[in-house]
Amino acid sequence: MYVSPIREPLIRGNKDYSQVTKDILAPMAGTPSKYWYMGIALALSAALFGAWATYVTLFTGIGSWGLNKTIGWGWDITNFVWWVGIGHAGTFISAILLLFRQKWRTSINRSAEAMTLIAVMCAGFFPLIHMGRLFLGFFIFPYPNTRALWVNFNSPLLWDVFAISTYFAVSLIFWYVGLIPDIGTVRDKAKTKIRKAIYGFLSFGWTGSAKHWSRHETVSLILAGLAAPLVLSVHTIVSFDFATSVIPGWHTTIFPPYFVSGAVFSGFAMVLTLLIITRKALNLEEYITVNHIESMNKIIILTGSIVGIAYMTEFFIAWYSGNEYEMFTFVNRAFGPYAWAYWIMMTCNVITPQLFWFKKIRTNVLITFVISIFVNIGMWFERFVIVVSSLHRDYLPSSWSMYTPSVVEVGLYVGTLGLFFTLFLLFIRVFPVIAIAEVKSVLKTSGENKNHSEHE
Amino acid sequence: MNKYITAYYLDEEKLLKGLKQVKAKGFKIADVLSPFPVHGIDKVLGLRRSRLTRVAFIGGAVGAIVGFGFQAWVFTKAYPINFGGKPFFAAPSFIPVAFETTVLFAAFSMVFAFLIVSKLLPGNDPVIHDERVTDDHFLVIIDVAEDSSADDIRNIEKALQEAGAEGIKYKA
Repeated sequence: MYVSPIREPLIRGNKDYSQVTKDILAPMAGTPSKYWYMGIALALSAALFGAWATYVTLFTGIGSWGLNKTIGWGWDITNFVWWVGIGHAGTFISAILLLFRQKWRTSINRSAEAMTLIAVMCAGFFPLIHMGRLFLGFFIFPYPNTRALWVNFNSPLLWDVFAISTYFAVSLIFWYVGLIPDIGTVRDKAKTKIRKAIYGFLSFGWTGSAKHWSRHETVSLILAGLAAPLVLSVHTIVSFDFATSVIPGWHTTIFPPYFVSGAVFSGFAMVLTLLIITRKALNLEEYITVNHIESMNKIIILTGSIVGIAYMTEFFIAWYSGNEYEMFTFVNRAFGPYAWAYWIMMTCNVITPQLFWFKKIRTNVLITFVISIFVNIGMWFERFVIVVSSLHRDYLPSSWSMYTPSVVEVGLYVGTLGLFFTLFLLFIRVFPVIAIAEVKSVLKTSGENKNHSEHE
Repeated sequence: MNKYITAYYLDEEKLLKGLKQVKAKGFKIADVLSPFPVHGIDKVLGLRRSRLTRVAFIGGAVGAIVGFGFQAWVFTKAYPINFGGKPFFAAPSFIPVAFETTVLFAAFSMVFAFLIVSKLLPGNDPVIHDERVTDDHFLVIIDVAEDSSADDIRNIEKALQEAGAEGIKYKA
């Protein structure tokens, strides 16, 4: 295969296959560092706060939240949409970049997919708990019951149930199928009997047979082909929750593409936030290089710009439609009592990612980390603005209202953040964070020693 | 597979070259175990293209029919509800759920088919010929017929050696 001499290597440090195995398995061995313990202690305390908030919500009802008659959706749905969006980057990296044959994905797809799974878990929690009775959550599924009643298949809220559960299930098997060969590696490198037995069980008896590899590649490719439209459908359907309603500010046809690009935008920001810490903490800087960070930053510019254009288009159409209610909602968003949220969103999502046009900035790890946090915040506020500022001033001025979250709602949000980081920290101890076999398969063509092998 | 010979390579390009040489001498390669998929090996080993794609298609088709059909049945037969005078058979609003079931069925049927035909199931206890296969060794396995003489075995070993293989072992 022709390799451009200008293209920089994906994997640095002149590695051979055995070194790759050793480097990637290193974080799983031995006892965790004290930073890991500190991290998980912090994350678990946050999760505990969330557990308390869940307890309060279940035993006193959603009256413990700051919602009122005018504003029926607050932080709950904001957090739901935010978490689902974050999940999208993982599938984008593992499915869409696979279909586009982007080799740089091999270093980041495993952890990004794990992030997807955890983010979708956090997301799924909010629609369930916003119904107030978590233990009746199964009502949302169509199951045969004594009332002979089914769910409403005309409702986007029900489509959401199918979209999110399918998304979770398909992401899970996609991730696990990719993991099987690497679990085989962990099994063969295991030092203790128990470890060998556990990973042997989880590896499903992987041997690395040529026939299995051939099938494995076919399955991965088809799963990518299935997951690519799936991930686009998920945020499209989430946007239908709003777009099919008749609330000014929600009832717009631009929502599906705008939500999908926003999702990929926020997801990549979260991947960067996580991986910049992970690569440093686990000594994987030769695998997740500045090139990878730069590539992700380029996707952030692209999707961030789409989001920026969507904001402006929305505003333009509000004026151009000649609909006074639509126009009122948008002027109210930008200059009403929630203007602060709107301008935080505009600054974080439209202005900060544009800094990545400068190569100095997009190749600077520290600045990228800071901007990724800004994007995370901005995208959270985007959902907050869409949900709350569209609702709080409706057609009847006497019912206009303001919304402040209660400590219980804050607890639920902090709790999911805690759950997210707890599970991610466990993941980096239990499974290889980088797809070992995939990195090995691109090592020859994209490793640092590629030129030697070419002239052999 | 009672009697066989194993040998390994440390480089996938040398492996492919070697396999072609061994094959040219008329020996049949039973299997190659590798740490990652080696492209071009399918042709050398004469592996057929996987038919799992068909499983995915059939699974997806079943998913589409089940998803769409179920919604249509619920809203026209089982429990028709009038939503604001809209038609009972509201085909466009059945599409999102039907799409999700299509993807779900296609993905799961294909993955389960893959695991079952490859006999990759939890609790499987495979023969591990060499623990370094999942690290950096490319292991070639050549079956030895029951009635083969010591000469036949030596011939295979010689062919492997000439093809640049290392660590040639005869296992009975």
